[in-house]
Amino acid sequence: MDFTSLSNSISLIKPEVVITITLILLVIFDLIFVKQKSVIPIIALIGLFIAGIFVISDLQQSGFAFSLSGTGSKSGMITADSFGSYFKILIILASILIVFFSYSSNEIQKVTDRLGEYYALIFGMILGMLIMVSSSDLILMYLSMELLSLSSYVLAGFTKLRERNSEASLKYLIYGAVSSGTMLFGISMIYGMTGTTNLNEINLALRHIQINWLTLSFSLILIVAGIGYKISAAPFHFWTPDVYEGAPISITAFLSVASKAAGFALLIRFLKTAFVSDVDMNGTWHLIQVFDWKLLLAILSVLTMTLGNFAALWQDNLKRMLAYSSIAHAGYLLLGVVVMSNIGVEAVLIYFMFYLLMNLGSFYIVMLIANKIGSEDINDYDGLGYASPFLGVSFAIFLVSLTGLPPTAGFVGKFYLFVALLDAKMAALAVIAVLNSVVSLYYYIRVLKHMFLTKPEPAKETIVTPLPNMLFILALLIPILLFGIYFTPVVNFAESCITILGL
Amino acid sequence: MLHVGLHHFLIVSAVLFSLGIYAVVTRKNAIMVLMGIELILNSANINFIAFSRFGNFGLGGQIMALFIIILAAAEAAIALAIVLNVYKTFANVDIDEINKLKE
Repeated sequence: MDFTSLSNSISLIKPEVVITITLILLVIFDLIFVKQKSVIPIIALIGLFIAGIFVISDLQQSGFAFSLSGTGSKSGMITADSFGSYFKILIILASILIVFFSYSSNEIQKVTDRLGEYYALIFGMILGMLIMVSSSDLILMYLSMELLSLSSYVLAGFTKLRERNSEASLKYLIYGAVSSGTMLFGISMIYGMTGTTNLNEINLALRHIQINWLTLSFSLILIVAGIGYKISAAPFHFWTPDVYEGAPISITAFLSVASKAAGFALLIRFLKTAFVSDVDMNGTWHLIQVFDWKLLLAILSVLTMTLGNFAALWQDNLKRMLAYSSIAHAGYLLLGVVVMSNIGVEAVLIYFMFYLLMNLGSFYIVMLIANKIGSEDINDYDGLGYASPFLGVSFAIFLVSLTGLPPTAGFVGKFYLFVALLDAKMAALAVIAVLNSVVSLYYYIRVLKHMFLTKPEPAKETIVTPLPNMLFILALLIPILLFGIYFTPVVNFAESCITILGL
Repeated sequence: MLHVGLHHFLIVSAVLFSLGIYAVVTRKNAIMVLMGIELILNSANINFIAFSRFGNFGLGGQIMALFIIILAAAEAAIALAIVLNVYKTFANVDIDEINKLKE
């Protein structure tokens, strides 16, 4: 590899380089400033902001980095394009919010002496996710997924304050290692059939080489198991409720938003680059006729949302309920992938932006209340709407947005998903999704009933929310209400970010 | 004289993979489950190396195998640390016993 192509490649991965440097700095500063741990989050924030600036300034930049066969080749280990940049923005935004999130979390503040490790591991996750969304090689896909997973296994049991932390991290580890192992076996068979691990070259191979249908389907299902575990799609979702309930809330929130976004980006890029033969005028993707992706994903999506929504009905622990709700949302998001068109991808992008705001907001309020009353049980939420009107009303808005009712952003996200479905003449799936939303209304509103309509016997003392926490909630709340009415900027932004570079 | 070809390697790797899945599903001890996971990873390794040797695909597969060996080591280190932590909390590494969540 000559020097110019190397420097070209590195210029395409600037955010990843910044995150790596910040990770190293975090470890070094953790060793130098043994007494002063408050400097660590500031370094983390600076690193994230610089990485964010690089992503935004190179938004429309595109190209292949680290091509194996020299310059000018039409493939590479990493693909930089606007689709990847959009997800990088989402991930960095979520990470910035998580730094503030951890700052006000009691669980994390109890282990201040290990704050350096905490942020170093978080940056390991961020690095893994940033590579995941732009990797176009099966090797890199697997390695970045493992980088994300290994850091998150440790973080799930990081605080070690309660039994449930260790249990969460053990369960996460076992389910994660098995599903990524099966994914690896699938990748090895794809390599055997096509002779390459690069997605673009796999696309070429699938077009020209006669491949045994049965073996290909088997290996693809194994790969879907690996990705399905990351996005917690049924039937690979078993870890989700336990891990989300057991992990520290800041990590739960991060897993439910950023790690899911990275998984979806990986899935969409995998499908688009390796299996789409051409995109027609209307933006519909034409698949190479080797595997019925639409059927498989439609089944997964219906299973995921139905299971998530119905299981959530019986949950009394708010974290666990939000875990099932995030499974259900993965189901809705999969609908956007099933459509297999540019409109579908655009709907997924729009939905993710809103999902990030509303899900982080709900987890943040659950955390603030857990900080005060030390419980996440729904029965302890009785009368909270009166003890703290601000928290109660904002939680209500976040939950209404998660249900997908107007005038919140959640409605706009669902609306675009359903439009994409109807556009592709998949009305049956849209109907199932609407019915599922109706089911979800029950368990979201149940929280509101406990907060506002149930009066506890001894009236609760008022909960005072400090100003910084209030500002954080408003920073998530105002966009949700604003985008519920004036959503054109997000839609335009998503529309400009659907280029997935490929053959 | 038996000629060892691609098929032999693939059969060995398929058997290893199945044994790995079997171990994960049936074993209750967390360490045994982790050993099953190692079997799964190594079965993929055998596949990669066999394909790269017999398929004339270049050295990509062997490099992949190297990556996986490193990754398996990292995963084992983290996994054992987590299992140790679980043992400290529960005085037990039986997966069925560790079920405080869900109630």
